[in-house]
Amino acid sequence: MTALLTLTVLVLVAIAIWQMTKIFELSQLKAENAEIATDSDNKYNGYLLFGFLIFIYGITIFSFAKYSKVLLPEASSAHGGEYDQLMWVSFAIIFFVQFITQALLHYFGYKYRGEEGKKALFFADNDRLEFIWTIIPVIVLAGLILWGLYTWTNIMEINDEDDPLIVELYAQQFNWTARYGGDDNVLGDASVRLIDIDRANVLGLDESDPNAADDILVKELHLPVGRKVNFMMRSQDVLHSAYMPHFRAQMNCVPGMITQFSFTPTVTTAEMRLNPDVVEKVKRINGIRAKKAAKGEPNSDPWEFDYVLLCNKICGKSHYNMQMKIIVETEEEYNKWIAEQATFKETIASVE
Amino acid sequence: MSATGHDDHGHHHKETFITKYIFSQDHKMIAKQYLITGVLIMGFIGIAMSLLFRMQLAWPGESFPVFEALLGKWAPDGVMDADIYLALVTMHGTIMVFFVLTAGLSGTFSNLLIPLQIGARDMASGFLNMLSFWMFFVSAVIMVISLFVEAGPASAGWTIYPPLSALPMAQAGSGAGMTLWLVSMAIFIASSLLGSLNYIVTVLNLRTKGMSMTRLPLTIWAFFVTAVIGVISFPVLLSAALLLIMDRSFGTSFFLSDIFIQGEVLHYQGGSPVLFEHLFWFLGHPEVYIVILPAMGIVSEVMAVNARKPIFGYRAMIASILAIAFLSTIVWGHHMFISGMNPFLGSVFTFTTLLIAIPSAVKAFNWITTLWKGNLQLNPGMLFSIGMVSTFITGGLTGIILGDSTLDINVHDTYFVVAHFHLVMGISALYGLFAGVYHWFPKMFQGRMMNKNLGYVHFWVTAVGSYGIFFPMHFVGMAGVPRRYYENTAFPMFDDLTNVQVLMTVFAIITASVQLVFAFNFIRSIFYGKKGPLNPWKATTLEWTAPQEHIHGNWPGAIPHVHRWAYDYSKTYENGDYILPGQDFVPQHIPLQDNEEELHH
Repeated sequence: MTALLTLTVLVLVAIAIWQMTKIFELSQLKAENAEIATDSDNKYNGYLLFGFLIFIYGITIFSFAKYSKVLLPEASSAHGGEYDQLMWVSFAIIFFVQFITQALLHYFGYKYRGEEGKKALFFADNDRLEFIWTIIPVIVLAGLILWGLYTWTNIMEINDEDDPLIVELYAQQFNWTARYGGDDNVLGDASVRLIDIDRANVLGLDESDPNAADDILVKELHLPVGRKVNFMMRSQDVLHSAYMPHFRAQMNCVPGMITQFSFTPTVTTAEMRLNPDVVEKVKRINGIRAKKAAKGEPNSDPWEFDYVLLCNKICGKSHYNMQMKIIVETEEEYNKWIAEQATFKETIASVE
Repeated sequence: MSATGHDDHGHHHKETFITKYIFSQDHKMIAKQYLITGVLIMGFIGIAMSLLFRMQLAWPGESFPVFEALLGKWAPDGVMDADIYLALVTMHGTIMVFFVLTAGLSGTFSNLLIPLQIGARDMASGFLNMLSFWMFFVSAVIMVISLFVEAGPASAGWTIYPPLSALPMAQAGSGAGMTLWLVSMAIFIASSLLGSLNYIVTVLNLRTKGMSMTRLPLTIWAFFVTAVIGVISFPVLLSAALLLIMDRSFGTSFFLSDIFIQGEVLHYQGGSPVLFEHLFWFLGHPEVYIVILPAMGIVSEVMAVNARKPIFGYRAMIASILAIAFLSTIVWGHHMFISGMNPFLGSVFTFTTLLIAIPSAVKAFNWITTLWKGNLQLNPGMLFSIGMVSTFITGGLTGIILGDSTLDINVHDTYFVVAHFHLVMGISALYGLFAGVYHWFPKMFQGRMMNKNLGYVHFWVTAVGSYGIFFPMHFVGMAGVPRRYYENTAFPMFDDLTNVQVLMTVFAIITASVQLVFAFNFIRSIFYGKKGPLNPWKATTLEWTAPQEHIHGNWPGAIPHVHRWAYDYSKTYENGDYILPGQDFVPQHIPLQDNEEELHH
């Protein structure tokens, strides 16, 4: 594929150079011609404008046919469904407008290409037309704004209803740590000024705070399906952004403050692995990886689908590899897993 | 400078090489200086950088001799280092946004066209104008020097969010490289303010007799409003830069708090990076309109001239420019929906952001209608104008998604954003710039014209290539790929996007190479371009009444007076005859003819 594309580029560049030298020679021969578009220039460029319209539609269709499959699978969070719906409605509007306006623009470019002696229409304004195309965007956008704001307010309202699981996402260059509130589901106080690496207090928990004793620090985020999770986010050094694309969730982690996001996971990792789109994607990627493995290239181990948390705010050299695995599982699996994790108190004690 | 006092201006100054070509106070020369420094030189550097990192994205970790040759120690054995990748991305953004599209575009055309189109001898202050260019030049030199600092140039992204940009321990580029970046930008802002104040004063005070504000060509309206936005918002960036310098060098805590890095706690307490984001985007968002408005003005003018029709809805176009300018200063928060600021603020900014789509839509519709039933002269400048409307629509529409706080959550900081803003402000502004260069080249270089066939090659390859790069990029973003990733190999879920990256890079290389055709055409035409007639495009505006040979003071005799608006193309009497027999346009300095009605517009 790469070789083919490189070859195509070379061929195209060669053609371009050949054509340009030809054009250059032609322009030298007819030295008396001014550099102003003639009727034949208008004609050819008019045709090309029409061709360009076809190109725009073509690249749209091509991209959809070829790249739709790379898009994210259906949302795995409670609010994600509404997010996806709003997205698709917005896209429908966008493509409708795009289809019409590009058609008019390029078709007019072709249709009204200049000819010697042709008379253009002196058409300076028309209040009715202008009113129409002011009011239509106003109405459409008002609808989108209202829908968007309604959804936004719902997503961003973070409260303690429905017994949410409290989890801290802690960012640092270049890794993530998750902290659970433990049995009391309350996070202990913490500050970067209390960090004591030698005593394994890497998140700066306040050892005198009883709420901190049962906190659990882990490097893999486990979430029970169907239970709301309230994320409290902290960063110890620079800006990071906790991006969980499968859950349509993202929030920056800002040093000096705690930011929040909340969602309810609705699909377990195991279920997601059976989703037809995901099965297809995994198959495709493992095909690519098998080819790489055959050539002895790196990053070629077979892949199994997992949710993932990415850093999505430039944070330094290894920004591109700052990630944490997310596992959504049933309540029982989650309870079993969390019971096996050491509490903060136990960790401190084991160091001492 | 009064119009009457300078009637026999022209030959009594003894110009030396230095006063004519270097420390010139003549707006036409300053315009050319901006064009060559800002667009040709800085543009070359900025685009070349983008090719380097696009190659890394398409073929991650692969060794290229060109990397080793250009990046030296940053590309051991020809493999690009992750630090320099971020530096390239940062400097590409900085150079393209500020140096090419702000200074290069506004500097060139505001300087060239404001005096010539309003009928003035020169800018209100030639000296300030010269000072503005040379401060810009110094800032460009400092920015280029910063590429050679030992620890590397600034690499915190062009938005330089602290703490990353504030702490040298966070990133090598945040040392001397970032210091130079800030110094360069501070000088750049001063230069921009001097320039903008000059443009504003000139437009307000030096219009020739008869040139009321509602007879101004739309170019001048766009440059004028651009200058106003610049004066309002650039000082805020200066304050952000100054406070960041204080945090970096004098231990203050404006933007920093609670930081533990490389094993130690820093003393900073109480600052907030979110404050920086507010200050940055208070400029940063108007900035994209500072970039696009001049392009819109140029496109409006070039399109009307070449369509041989008045621009449709002249007053609506002015109203849209004003509405965009006003709204542009109250939408900055849409860059910060998920920054941790109060979600209610997010709602407000969603509202104002989607409102700005309305004047933008009006402009697009008016341009399309301007083409309707025209007699389109498809010169290269006209093609770039049509191309600009096309990319502005394509890129602008996805703004509906990004401006919606809900939808922004999942595409924020992904390639979707990159695709959006490159189309709507990068490519569109560049098209506006190219349209302007092809159209006013004869005005800049004593009547010489650029080769049209090379212009056609330039346009068509660029038009196809730009969509080829940025259309598929939306899909990469919607697949969840974050921007500013050195490589995507750390996430197997992105493996099937590598071939899209290759496709985009191939298009980028082709598109960038064809810009060399433009550069060749430009430089060659300065010396060997064919001389065209005085008014090659048959335009109505005043600049085409000035002689081809540049003289100080623009017009040898009295400044022409203006008797009509700038868009009397194909205007006829009721019986269908052109107002002036045998020509389909009436220049602005021609008085109203007998029986001619000054149409309401």
